[in-house]
Amino acid sequence: MISVYHYMTIAAILFAMGTYGVLTRKNAIVIFMCIELMLNSVNLTFIALSRHLNNMDGQIFVFFVMTVAAAEAAVGLALMISFFRNRESIDVEEIDLLKW
Amino acid sequence: MLDNYLPIFTLILIAVCFAIGSTVFSGLIGQKKPSEVKLAPYECGMPLVGTARERFSVKFYIIAMLFIVFDIEVVFMYPWAVMFKRLGMFGFVEMGVFILILLVGYIYVWKKGALEWE
Amino acid sequence: MENLVQTALNNVNMWAIMPSIILVCFAMGLLLINAFLPRGATKPAMWISLIGLAVTAFSVISGWGSPQYGFSDAVALDNFATFFNVTFLIAAAMTILMSDDYIRREGYPIGEYYPLILFTTAGAMWMASGTDMMTIFLGLEVMSISLYVLAGFFRGDVRSNEAGLKYFLLGAFSTGFLLYGIALIYGVTGSTRLSEIGVFLNAHPSLLSNPMTLAGIMLLSIGFLFKIAAAPFHMWTPDVYEGAPTPITAFMSAGPKAAAFAAFLRIMEYCFFSLKPEWTAVLWALAVLTMIIGNVIAISQTNVKRMLAYSSIAHAGYALVGMVAANEIGYSAILFYMLAYTFMNIGAFAILVLAGKKGEENLTLEGLSGFGYKRPLLGVAFTICLFSLMGIPPTAGFAGKFYIFAGAVKAGYIWLAIIGVLNSAVSLYYYLRVMVYMYFREAEEDYSWVKVPVSVVVSIVIALVGIFYLGIIPGAVMDLARLAIF
Repeated sequence: MISVYHYMTIAAILFAMGTYGVLTRKNAIVIFMCIELMLNSVNLTFIALSRHLNNMDGQIFVFFVMTVAAAEAAVGLALMISFFRNRESIDVEEIDLLKW
Repeated sequence: MLDNYLPIFTLILIAVCFAIGSTVFSGLIGQKKPSEVKLAPYECGMPLVGTARERFSVKFYIIAMLFIVFDIEVVFMYPWAVMFKRLGMFGFVEMGVFILILLVGYIYVWKKGALEWE
Repeated sequence: MENLVQTALNNVNMWAIMPSIILVCFAMGLLLINAFLPRGATKPAMWISLIGLAVTAFSVISGWGSPQYGFSDAVALDNFATFFNVTFLIAAAMTILMSDDYIRREGYPIGEYYPLILFTTAGAMWMASGTDMMTIFLGLEVMSISLYVLAGFFRGDVRSNEAGLKYFLLGAFSTGFLLYGIALIYGVTGSTRLSEIGVFLNAHPSLLSNPMTLAGIMLLSIGFLFKIAAAPFHMWTPDVYEGAPTPITAFMSAGPKAAAFAAFLRIMEYCFFSLKPEWTAVLWALAVLTMIIGNVIAISQTNVKRMLAYSSIAHAGYALVGMVAANEIGYSAILFYMLAYTFMNIGAFAILVLAGKKGEENLTLEGLSGFGYKRPLLGVAFTICLFSLMGIPPTAGFAGKFYIFAGAVKAGYIWLAIIGVLNSAVSLYYYLRVMVYMYFREAEEDYSWVKVPVSVVVSIVIALVGIFYLGIIPGAVMDLARLAIF
């Protein structure tokens, strides 16, 4: 029987994978994909808990997280494009003008 | 218990045999007239134009960004659509305000020329 | 089901979000005007945004003393929110006043600059008045996303690009932690309403040591500590502050930081009051760490903007001391300190904005040599702001620190207060060094390029009036701050 714990565990593993990716990857777009993975693992947690608790708040929260993530993605891509236009790269190792 | 899976195993077996069999068989009896176009990784009968690692125009990204933002706003319409009879006039007005806000964004994008391809 | 809908409809109270509605309407109007108007018309945009802030301020201030609650307790426009809202509005107004000339000098179209500042302010206002995790999260994101764009606003400038990208990547990363914390706490308590969470946790003491609760609180705190730039989550601050356009740096260090404090304070006090001994102990260590790291690293900086960035970390540490004290004086001192910090920090940045030429920010210590003699009035104003940042009487900085440390002493944290005062003493070194360069070094330049537009003067005058008003008669505002806390 699949219970809420299974979903929570999957979400925790996804979240950890996302965190690991953010800390180790070099490409800004891949880093951002890892952040999206973290956000979506949170969404999974919310949905599972919402079902488990029989309470709609979690699902509403997921709507907001999704829209906010989309807005973040748009702004992030725009920033990366303008960075790329100036530097011809989006490798975070090259974000070095200011001490990281 | 395992008996229930017998048909599935049989199906998998037949599928694997058919796949391997037809590949091997066509290799054995088929005619071979290799040409450059046929050996290309994306063989579809057309000569390749450049490499796949070419840079895309930044316009694609702008359209993609705008699409993400406007597309995802639809999620707020689903809960409203489910409940709109009960929400009555208030819900209708609120959704109107929401659409109006999106419209402001749309007009802004339009006037800024982000939707023009040239 | 029918009842639920009816209850929800009855609980809508537009008055609770009126200030932010006004502000957002002005911001959207500005966006449209900017899209239809020909390029280069910047003055009307400045006036419209200032009028927008003034109308909002009127709506905010008229709500003092008559709290509005709305949306099933998701929004509370109480005195606490009102006090912070005034702080944000002052920060936004001062930033806008000092920006107009700067943006034109640097040769960028003003375009979305003012609307973005207004959106940031609206987000900050939601954070201060949110009493539900959802409203706080939404406010935080509206604020942060606008700030990511503002930090990278100078598209052609690589440093501004870097600042924007860094702020974006790390900010989004911290949002992930914050959300996971909220999700876990939702799982434990079954609610996202702050007061319901608090009541539930208080009624079920066994949950207080539940690993899920503790992990939730920890992740949630990481998200907020990142936003207020407390050590060890301060790494982004100096880089982003250095690379962002100077007025935006000033704004970021005052408005959004205060907003993060407001939401953090409300969450800790509403939800986790049952765990107060535990979280004050953790914040004790973080406050000490933040003060020491901010002050010690600031000593070795030669770029004034970067030095002020580290000093803003240190000031976040002082404000955290007020949270550790967790009593009436401590909390009201945070409100007071954030207002005082807005005046003194934005004032200091306003003068830095003037000291540069196009493309050359002129922010090094060397670049300021002799500035005090060649430009005596600006020199004096800068000196007053720095004195206030140091905490010398009779300035706002002194009164703020006095209340904060008084709160700590009253709560029995004598050592914390001593460490705080010692840190203030350390900070004298790097603030005084700026003055040494300004007054005791030969001027290599005559600073003839320094133009002093009226709008920036207004911004500086607001800062000075604020500094002296809060410094000489702090009691008046402190009484308001006392009324504002829970």
